Amino acid sequence: MAHSKSVPRQIWRIVIHAIPTVLGIVVLNFLLLKLAPGDAADVIAAEAGSATEETMAALRRSMGLDLSVLEQLKTYLLNLVQLDLGHSPRYAMPVLDLIMQRLPGTLLLMGTALGVAILLGIALGAIMSSFAGRIPDRVLSILSLLFYSIPGFWIGLMLILLFSVKLGWLPSGGSGTIGSSLTGWDALIDKARYMILPALSLALFYVAIYARLTRAAMLEIRNQDYVRTARAKGLSPLRITLSHILRNALIPVTTMAGMHFGNMLGGAVVVETVFSWPGLGRLAFEAVMARDFNVLLGILLLSSLVVIVVNGLIDLLQARLDPRIGAK
Amino acid sequence: MTAVLSVEDLSVHFGPARPVDRVSFHVNPRETLAIVGESGSGKSLTALSMMGLLPRNAKVSGRVLIQTPQGPADMLGLPEKRRRLLRGKQIAMVFQEPMTSLNPVHSIGHQIEEVLIAHENLDRAARRTRVLELMNLVRIPDAARRIDDYPHQLSGGMRQRVMIAMAVACRPRILIADEATTALDVTIQAQILQLLDNLRRELDVAVVLITHDLGVVSQWADRVVVMYAGLHVEQATPAQLFGDPLHPYSYGLLRASPRSDAGLTYRDAPLAEIPGSIASARGEVGCPFRPRCPAAREVCGTVQPPPIQHRGDRLVACHFPGILTQEERHVAAYA
Ligand SMILES: Nc1ncnc2c1ncn2[C@@H]1O[C@H](COP(=O)(O)OP(=O)(O)OP(=O)(O)O)[C@@H](O)[C@H]1O
Ligand SMILES: [Mg+2]
Repeated sequence: MAHSKSVPRQIWRIVIHAIPTVLGIVVLNFLLLKLAPGDAADVIAAEAGSATEETMAALRRSMGLDLSVLEQLKTYLLNLVQLDLGHSPRYAMPVLDLIMQRLPGTLLLMGTALGVAILLGIALGAIMSSFAGRIPDRVLSILSLLFYSIPGFWIGLMLILLFSVKLGWLPSGGSGTIGSSLTGWDALIDKARYMILPALSLALFYVAIYARLTRAAMLEIRNQDYVRTARAKGLSPLRITLSHILRNALIPVTTMAGMHFGNMLGGAVVVETVFSWPGLGRLAFEAVMARDFNVLLGILLLSSLVVIVVNGLIDLLQARLDPRIGAK
Repeated sequence: MTAVLSVEDLSVHFGPARPVDRVSFHVNPRETLAIVGESGSGKSLTALSMMGLLPRNAKVSGRVLIQTPQGPADMLGLPEKRRRLLRGKQIAMVFQEPMTSLNPVHSIGHQIEEVLIAHENLDRAARRTRVLELMNLVRIPDAARRIDDYPHQLSGGMRQRVMIAMAVACRPRILIADEATTALDVTIQAQILQLLDNLRRELDVAVVLITHDLGVVSQWADRVVVMYAGLHVEQATPAQLFGDPLHPYSYGLLRASPRSDAGLTYRDAPLAEIPGSIASARGEVGCPFRPRCPAAREVCGTVQPPPIQHRGDRLVACHFPGILTQEERHVAAYA
């Protein structure tokens, strides 16, 4: 009861904090990108194979690249206020539309990966702590060390080799069977089949982290006074583990998970490329190669918004998990 | 009168160390038995043994017989599944630290309710009613409003009341309070002790009061067990103990206590200190109190005195019971 009424206030606080953060991110990224050598005109000219000084100048003028950096920033910010993220010369469409096309794919992939990572990680961690020092713990510890140290793209490639090439069970790339007209359950299953491998290669690293974190937290909490109280009450071992040990271990794990969401966006670039998943990550990669700064800026802006929103949600979740947080 | 609990020859080992050493005592129905002794004397380990809650690396021997409706049950001999059914139901415990003994993420109502879930067959509504009754029983004001509060919203005294409500939820026969008031300030301490005493009468429960506060002992206990270095060195009523301590350690304990309401022995004397520490007793043959005992003789260094019956119902583990008290009277008589 005590913390539910503070939810709107908390959301309001998150929004207030988000505005300066986003502004800072836009300005900083804008300036950083302008420092990088080359611009879209260079790339277009290079791809065309022949370009004169005049056509280059005309290109730059048409894209506003001839103005001073500050002028460009001002235009960008003014457009931003009207929710206009500019135009992509590369894809010949508004950046916002382009991003909105790709965003759901990435969110789906990352949400799935993070969900899998948290559930699997906590489950493995709980098993490890229950068997601390014994065989299941040892085996899982080695496994999690492996997941932790192998880079995601390599896991992805190995998964493709095993499940797509050798066994032929799962598709090796894409986000759905092309030209299929599936509906309902079939469409969902089709989607899931395409998602398993990329989500898994993105998730395994985090599975390892959450498993180890859960294990450590549960081992520590096991020695807390309130667990002794729970045992003195005659509760069943299962109830003690779930309701008094694991339940409290969720607090540090979700804190971590919130911080990882941003990292995962970075990991998505690689995994989406390996699995040719049409998401923001791959779009960002292509935008860099094409010096398509508008797209890149848009992606950075949107991903920072996503991260802020997710962190806000995690804060709300934390307040649910830990009644002491709302207090103060 | 059959004891509700008897501890027989209880020893606890951690490797070579034996912090509880062949302790035997019993608890009568509805009485308050105090266990006193300085820090490290094995009081908490004795209490945890009675609950069957010793740490995993502890080796335990002896018996802890608990009177249940189905006859006596040995807490140490039973499989864990059966022990669990005794905890919270027949024997319950309140711990020292009310701040850390409650889970911060569950409401106090829920934490009390858990005991009922574990031991009684009640539906949700009935459980909630019982929880409210219990909160009223332990005098938590405004129970209906507080039932969904979290531990951090309560004061230390209130939390200890919640702990007590959990402990008596299933009307156990035995309630162990291990320094349950040490962490609280003095006025709250008195209230909690009063509450325990009321519950003892109302619910017909025997209270095992573990403390190092002799004032508490003199005010609330029916009988006292004195422990030293894991040994049960003396057992008496408070009046006997304060009037005529038989063991030199008990004598020292009284002399070292700042409470003036506890007895006549040390009313106007300066506060004395027992020289040495409990650690000096480790790994010695003979009486473990010998290195610190002003009355030690040669035999004390070679033979460990067993607890023996003394003057009827008292028990003492000393070769020269009452020696210091006699000396003091002697000195007083000639002074
Ligand atoms: N888990 C353990 N492993 C090893 N030794 C232990 C363990 N628990 C307790 N001991 C030892 O057993 C001895 C008795 O401990 P216990 O906690 O029973 O003392 P106590 O009489 O309750 O003291 P206090 O008044 O400080 O609570 C101590 O010397 C302690 O070092
Ligand atoms: Mg203790």
